Amino acid sequence: MREVFGARGPSRVAEGLRAYRLIAGMWIRSTLAYRASFVLTVCGNLLLTGLDFVAILLMFSQVDALGGWTLPEVAFLYGLSVTAFGTAQLAFGSVASLGGRVRDGSFDTLLVRPAPVLAQVAADRFALRRLGRGVQGAAVLGWALVAVDVDWTVAKALLIPVTLVSGAVIFGSLFVAGGAFQFLAQDAAEVQNAFTYGGTTLLQYPPTVFGRDLVRGVTFVLPLAFVNWVPAAYVLGRPYPLGLPAGAAFAAPLVAAVCGALAGTVWRAGLRSYRSTGS
Amino acid sequence: MADAFIELDHVEKVFDVRRRTGFLKRERRRVRAVDALSFTVARGEMVGYIGPNGAGKSTTIKMLTGILTPSGGRLRVAGIDPSRERTRLAHHMGVVFGQRTTLWWDLPLIDSYRLMHRMYRIPDARYRENLDRLVALLDLGDLLDVPVRQLSLGQRMRGDIAAALLHDPQVLYLDEPTIGLDVVSKTRVRRFLRELNAERGTTVLLTTHDLQDIEQLCSRVMVIDHGRLMYDGPLAGLHEAGESERTLVVDLEREWPPIDAPAPARVVRVEGPRQWLAFPASRSAAPLVAWIAERYPLADLSVREPDIEAVIARMYAERAGRAVP
Repeated sequence: MREVFGARGPSRVAEGLRAYRLIAGMWIRSTLAYRASFVLTVCGNLLLTGLDFVAILLMFSQVDALGGWTLPEVAFLYGLSVTAFGTAQLAFGSVASLGGRVRDGSFDTLLVRPAPVLAQVAADRFALRRLGRGVQGAAVLGWALVAVDVDWTVAKALLIPVTLVSGAVIFGSLFVAGGAFQFLAQDAAEVQNAFTYGGTTLLQYPPTVFGRDLVRGVTFVLPLAFVNWVPAAYVLGRPYPLGLPAGAAFAAPLVAAVCGALAGTVWRAGLRSYRSTGS
Repeated sequence: MADAFIELDHVEKVFDVRRRTGFLKRERRRVRAVDALSFTVARGEMVGYIGPNGAGKSTTIKMLTGILTPSGGRLRVAGIDPSRERTRLAHHMGVVFGQRTTLWWDLPLIDSYRLMHRMYRIPDARYRENLDRLVALLDLGDLLDVPVRQLSLGQRMRGDIAAALLHDPQVLYLDEPTIGLDVVSKTRVRRFLRELNAERGTTVLLTTHDLQDIEQLCSRVMVIDHGRLMYDGPLAGLHEAGESERTLVVDLEREWPPIDAPAPARVVRVEGPRQWLAFPASRSAAPLVAWIAERYPLADLSVREPDIEAVIARMYAERAGRAVP
């Protein structure tokens, strides 16, 4: 065990990051070989994912508040959720195609290379065009930060980047765990999408518009609430959903760390099962 | 064996196969894909690994490369346990899967090589030297900028072989390296492998359905069936094990009744002045030829080697016969 947590653990992470950088770099270079096409696809991605926000704008053309939240406040939720999700999707979105690689047998070719498999799967077909979603989310977030009526404190300001990183880790964990599930059920990509894409859409609306049970599930079972609902409530001076304790907003990194660790465990279990059954 | 490079000691692999038998019903069945398999391969050997579909060939290769974890037994390659130290072993081995590529499908061939250069941490000078040599030997010069998906099967296979050798592996595993290739490509791949083994001393283990691969490349052959080793030895010995026969084709000056050859030789076919005589592959043809030449008007003759495929088929049949009395 000392070997795992001592010298080998960090070196494996470093190896993984290195392999990720090499593979993603190759795909980026290949994408940038066709600059015009790249710019167009990024713009397309930006506009397409931006339609979600257009839907919110349309709603606010009819109402002044959604579940008691104003447009800048909902935009704040939206920005946090979409930016975090966009980052996670950019980094780990390719894991969703794992089932296909297991099915056609090409997954085996990853196992004969001297690099951690997760890094190879995640960096495979690294799609820089996914940048569009994150950029669009960040733009909405930027506007929201200016538009919301908040007495800024150091804690509140610091919470924004911390929340973004934590949110990206939480969504990234979902991508990895969902991918690992595909070792067992190779057609499970759709189930995974329900949690990842479904999750980010859910979080674009205030918790007050949803039923209590759903909020409870999204807080305690699949802790997506820490991507934006809980930290945003703190920043905006609103009551926490479910009456969580005062420090809840600052628990986001902790929640993210637990999610990451769990996803790592699930991934290793999935890989172990693959290597013992071969399918 | 002092310099055993690959060592298997009672290695086994058991799969739980689940089969859908009804809408929700599933049947579980244990399949022993590899059963108490033991063998060693010395450094620099070139070994053919053959057997029918589902015999356990690919499962063995997958265990040797660290893809699959054995269910039991001891397995070492270059002193490394493949399933525990997969990435460390990866630096010492090259793998070519005939049916799928290890290259990046949508990118030009050279991109895959550049990535391998960095991923395997191949020193720059050695990478350049190896790449130049492999490109020349495998005739890849015109293909480097072509996306892998646009390559023909033979081109892709050569590209894959080069990729597997850029980092100077000590052992090369080839799973059906000539499957689907045309005759020219096959010849080229075989010649390359022979030279690689002779000049670099690379240990080669190849599975194949094409027995010419074995005949032209391997001094040693292992036959596996139902996860067990049925034969391990020189190719020539396989004939004896399978009790195979060679054929002496005799052209006489005119039509003649069947030659009354001394046992165990016997005439198996007569067609005009030409007669076919079968005799055990383990015996020399010379005494039989001399015997015929003394008594019959001999015009011409030739000796045909047995078809290994038939030999192996007979081996299986014999074994099956023994198993079911």
